[in-house]
Amino acid sequence: MRVTVIDYKAGNLTSVLKALHHLGAETVVTDGDLALVEAAERIVLPGVGHFAATERLDATGLTTAIRAAIARGVPFLGICVGMQWLYTGSGEAPNQPGLAHFAELCAHFPESKEKVPHVGWNSLEIRPNSRLLAGVEPGEYVYFTHSYKAPVTADTAATTYYIEPFASAVERGNVMGVQFHPEKSGATGLKILGNFLKWKG
Amino acid sequence: MITKRIIACLDVHDGRVVKGVQFVDIIDAGDPATQAARHAREGADEIVLLDITATHEGRQTLLDTVRRTARELFVPFCVGGGIRTADDAAQVFEAGADKVSVNSAALADPTLIDAIGRSFGAQAVVVAIDARRDPEAVDPVRDAQVFVQGGRKLTGRRVVEWAREAEARGAGEILLTSMNCDGTRTGFDCELTAAVSKSVNIPVIASGGAGTVAHFVDVFGRGKADAALAASIFHFGVSSARALKEELAKAGVSVRLPC
Repeated sequence: MRVTVIDYKAGNLTSVLKALHHLGAETVVTDGDLALVEAAERIVLPGVGHFAATERLDATGLTTAIRAAIARGVPFLGICVGMQWLYTGSGEAPNQPGLAHFAELCAHFPESKEKVPHVGWNSLEIRPNSRLLAGVEPGEYVYFTHSYKAPVTADTAATTYYIEPFASAVERGNVMGVQFHPEKSGATGLKILGNFLKWKG
Repeated sequence: MITKRIIACLDVHDGRVVKGVQFVDIIDAGDPATQAARHAREGADEIVLLDITATHEGRQTLLDTVRRTARELFVPFCVGGGIRTADDAAQVFEAGADKVSVNSAALADPTLIDAIGRSFGAQAVVVAIDARRDPEAVDPVRDAQVFVQGGRKLTGRRVVEWAREAEARGAGEILLTSMNCDGTRTGFDCELTAAVSKSVNIPVIASGGAGTVAHFVDVFGRGKADAALAASIFHFGVSSARALKEELAKAGVSVRLPC
């Protein structure tokens, strides 16, 4: 099975590629070759760093190509900022639109006595019928590092509590996103990536 | 609920582990890739590899070591030692590290923190601080000094101020080592750790002085540490990070279990 991994020059891709290879996937990386998105069987949009970096997706035409691939039913997984990009936008870069596949906006954690960013291993509360999170037990831990987060809605596949509940995974049809880093979340993370690789329309 | 992290630390010289978390029944004492994988399997929440090779040729060995270690490691992986430029950092990331730790080079040129953070994100930059208190100082915590070169050279910087500057420049975490406590097995410097942790909004990793499970309980409580580095703790009646975390859970510390 082949996965097209989108490179938009926000952080490094090495960890995501390694985890996909470990699970037996072949990968192709593109930072603007739209043919690779048009021919994609599966797409992963990784991302650590700033929401503003997704501007590059618009500039290279990748946004349009990804939107078309999603419409064709190609399974899509966004990781961290890659998940946030699926929403209408983020307070981190208010002038940079997201894909708006999910209507909401991502926002900074509210002021509290807790530190922000939210860094470390935190637990998942999984909504029933999530295909991405099939086989993951409630309370399993995954690794987070982020300051912005998506709200809990009907499309939320898992919630995590830090300062307040937020969407740690989102899923509607062939479009999935995780706020945590499955490539850095041990056996639980590999199980989730494996579910994505097995996802059939 | 967010958990406190137990980070296994491996000191590496010329591609071999020279000091690390020692297990009673250790088989592959010297191979960083094997040891890192084993720690991850046995419950460590993160792996830190500190390269103490000083030579130029050693850099290539380090990159090979990082590549080999990262290949089958699916927990966060931080690499430190000898990273002097943003290019050095880029090579280590490319080899598979998720974070780099910078220490003396950042003190010599603090803009190194900004440069790495800009390219790879704040979450990828750990600023390591070697701290030493002067018991004679008016306020030994506030006046604790930053040292480099293994604690031999005074920088003239105060620990809390340097931690704040590192955060402002885009560091994602602080790795705070107490030179007073390191190697003593008498406990972490909880007062200094708490002072740093309260003065920044990024995680603080405590290091130096662990001798018992109770010391970890103390540094996560009174010391307000977000994570703790385990070096030689496994001499003290626990055989793995998992066993340490099971003891911590009994003491009411939130940790990742099962793991």
